[in-house]
Amino acid sequence: MSNDATYHGPSEVVTTHDVHHDEHHVHHHKETFITKYVFSQDHKMIAKQFIVTGIVWAIIGGLFSVLFRLQLGFPNVDFPILETFFGRWAKGGHIQPEFYYALITMHGTVLVFFVLTAGLSGTFANLLIPLQIGARDMASPFLNMLSYWFFFTASIVMVSSLFVQTGPASGGWTSYAPLSALAEASEGSKVGMDLWLVSMALFVVSSLLGGLNYISTILNMRTKGMSMTRLPLTIWALFFTAILGVLSFPVLLSGFILLLFDRHAGTSFYLSDIVVNGHVLDNEGGSAILYQHLFWFLGHPEVYIIILPSMGIVSEVLSVNSRKPIFGYMAMIGSLFAIAILAFLVWAHHMFVTGLNPFLGSFFVLLTLLIAVPSAIKVFNWLTTIWRGNLRLAPSTLFSIGFVSLFISGGLTGIFLGNSTIDIHLHDTMFIVAHFHIVMGVASFFGMFAGVYHWFPKMFGRDINHTLGYIHFWVTMIGAYLIFWPMHYEGLAGMPRRYLDLTPWVSFNKFQTLNEMITIVSIIVFAVQLMFVFNFFYSMFKGRKVTSTNPWGANTLEWTTPINPGHGNWPGEIPEVHRWAYDYGKDGREFVMQTEPIGTNESKDH
Amino acid sequence: MSTSVTATQTKWWNGGKSPFNLEYGKVMMWYFLMSDAFTFGAFLISYGTVRFSSNSWPDPNHVFNAFPLAGHANLPLAFVSLMTFILIISSVTMVLAVHAGHNGDKKAVVKWIFWTIIGGLAFLGCQAWEWTHLHEEGAWWGRNPFPNANGTAASTNFSNFFFTITGFHGFHVFSGVIINIIMLIMAQKGVFERKGHYLMIEKAGLYWHFVDLVWVFVFLCFYLI
Ligand code: HEM
Ligand SMILES: [Cu+2]
Repeated sequence: MSNDATYHGPSEVVTTHDVHHDEHHVHHHKETFITKYVFSQDHKMIAKQFIVTGIVWAIIGGLFSVLFRLQLGFPNVDFPILETFFGRWAKGGHIQPEFYYALITMHGTVLVFFVLTAGLSGTFANLLIPLQIGARDMASPFLNMLSYWFFFTASIVMVSSLFVQTGPASGGWTSYAPLSALAEASEGSKVGMDLWLVSMALFVVSSLLGGLNYISTILNMRTKGMSMTRLPLTIWALFFTAILGVLSFPVLLSGFILLLFDRHAGTSFYLSDIVVNGHVLDNEGGSAILYQHLFWFLGHPEVYIIILPSMGIVSEVLSVNSRKPIFGYMAMIGSLFAIAILAFLVWAHHMFVTGLNPFLGSFFVLLTLLIAVPSAIKVFNWLTTIWRGNLRLAPSTLFSIGFVSLFISGGLTGIFLGNSTIDIHLHDTMFIVAHFHIVMGVASFFGMFAGVYHWFPKMFGRDINHTLGYIHFWVTMIGAYLIFWPMHYEGLAGMPRRYLDLTPWVSFNKFQTLNEMITIVSIIVFAVQLMFVFNFFYSMFKGRKVTSTNPWGANTLEWTTPINPGHGNWPGEIPEVHRWAYDYGKDGREFVMQTEPIGTNESKDH
Repeated sequence: MSTSVTATQTKWWNGGKSPFNLEYGKVMMWYFLMSDAFTFGAFLISYGTVRFSSNSWPDPNHVFNAFPLAGHANLPLAFVSLMTFILIISSVTMVLAVHAGHNGDKKAVVKWIFWTIIGGLAFLGCQAWEWTHLHEEGAWWGRNPFPNANGTAASTNFSNFFFTITGFHGFHVFSGVIINIIMLIMAQKGVFERKGHYLMIEKAGLYWHFVDLVWVFVFLCFYLI
């Protein structure tokens, strides 16, 4: 079992977790339903828990967007059915202002944090890290389990906030103070806001427990021969994601603690000179901008926490399915690293119009625009990877190519916004909504879908239906561009985001039919996502059984495990690794797995 | 056991072993401490920005000048210096506990952990006294009786930050004491002896030193500047 031993102190100390792991696969102790499916410590089961919870949240969050799109697309139409379901929140079949703000807030919070953070890196870090580095499980399976259950508890608290009488938080996913600090400022700033903060604090704990585990697993538990530069890019991406999370979420937590004190202990961290409903508050000396700094110190890294796992997945999937080595492996790692560093240095680009010192702003402009460099390197590397490849157009490949397309489109609009002078015009318009949905929202979803279609056989030992996969891809791809592309024009024309009703502005009336089209397409795209969910669960139980351990002919270690690996992943010893993960089409062979020793006559170059 | 022992010393990063020769728990602890450092960093920087955007700020020499049982004597920063001293000493005893763990000396481990716990409790006791004293003077979250150094009325943020940040630090000391008590019980019961190593003590030690280090910054920012 030498491969399991990861730590040897000066006096040959073999630490407890190794012993623990050995126990696990030597004698199969009886597992109950509870230990196998509920409080499981198997990373593969935890990954499934994350994705299923993520799917539930995605349906809820997606439904919210359909509801507020109805309002934006058809502001003058009554939908009596809404009143049937939502009562006074949709009086007369019209979405009420408080309800509208609650919907956009919950939509943003849920999708950013619960779906694209927990549902994405929670799922794929758990599934892939131990399998691809050659470990029996995470460094600490127990903390890993806790990570999921903290997320679950956070979910319960967030769901319960939907049912309180004054409604859930409604200050936007950023929850800017002072609106979020003063209960009298809006309905959503009452108990809904407290529940939001509690839920988010639990979420931070979950992400910290997960992140610490991912980092120490990747550093410590790699199998013999798996040097850092032989790791698949998925693992590199998940590694930087975890580091970003571990270093930025705590700052958000500090910001939330101060906010809680402002709400309940009479402090004025974020408050100064405020009048609410004609009532003058005596808070003095605080700074509302301080909250924004604390929020965006997390908020910007957070958008990269969301996109990096997708970048890793896309790199892997594109290389496997073009049967070509990834182009510029080291450049890929280097640009991930550069992005991770820069992610901490650009947060104030969200605050160009707060009265930020323009001189300071110019530094943030520079650093922000610098991010375009590593981003462009990655894009070129993906394109050169598929260039003249022997493309296998599986759904995962299509979603990966779609990802690259979206990342280019959204990245280019980022360059507009990164210039503070242009941003003064574009800030808080629909242009921003277009930018971040294309580059982050839809693109990361595409990475996630690519991952699901690619690793479904590994997760469930069954295949997911590809025909439905193709329909899913094309409708989502075309739909996403139809929904978000026109928003650029609306934003350039000055149409603000987060407004309930734009009909009073004559200048925006020309967008009325455009808005109707966007709403109709969003409903279609939402329906197609439900079809994907159906495909997912149907295939989980009824899909065609996988017969080969390596259905994609891929090189990485997860495909050396049995089709349905038990806890411990490999029945015998953990395989040793002899080469990097991308020997595709080498010396005339289609693929060479990482476990195969270097042959005597093998050519040198990767 | 063959492979990892014979692997050459230089190839630390090639897999099959920890690149730092650290057990995973310690790697986790280091990253956790980095994360926690960011939490404290965010608090202290928030405090700094609010303080420096204010025209004036209360003078710590006037606020923190009391000492238990010393009546109205003016002893600026004397008490907090004592607190700081206690905490630093408790770090020393922690070092000794870790050292004893390296030697596998159970009795010494128990002894030094015990003194570390006493140090932690003494610090918390001092903090409780200081808070009570300030509370009696009228300071609390949302209330600040101390005028600015230039004589004008101060905003409440002096108290707000003071209680929030020292409270958050005190909470860390408190959890450190709890961890140390658990370590004491485990060491006493011979758990580590059976495991053959005292790594848990080392991890608790890392945390404890970190909490002490943070105090140095809190001390600097609230009492000295
Ligand atoms: C070349 C790269 C990029 C640049 C220069 C850039 C720049 C910007 C700027 C300046 C803003 C603030 C606009 C405003 O509110 O006025 C912004 C918003 C945003 N960006 Fe980017 N961005 C880039 C790429 C990305 C990527 C890759 C993601 C996510 C994966 C992303 C996610 C977001 C989000 C979520 C927001 C809006 C947050 C909100 O206000 O609710 N951006 N971007
Ligand atoms: Cu940003």
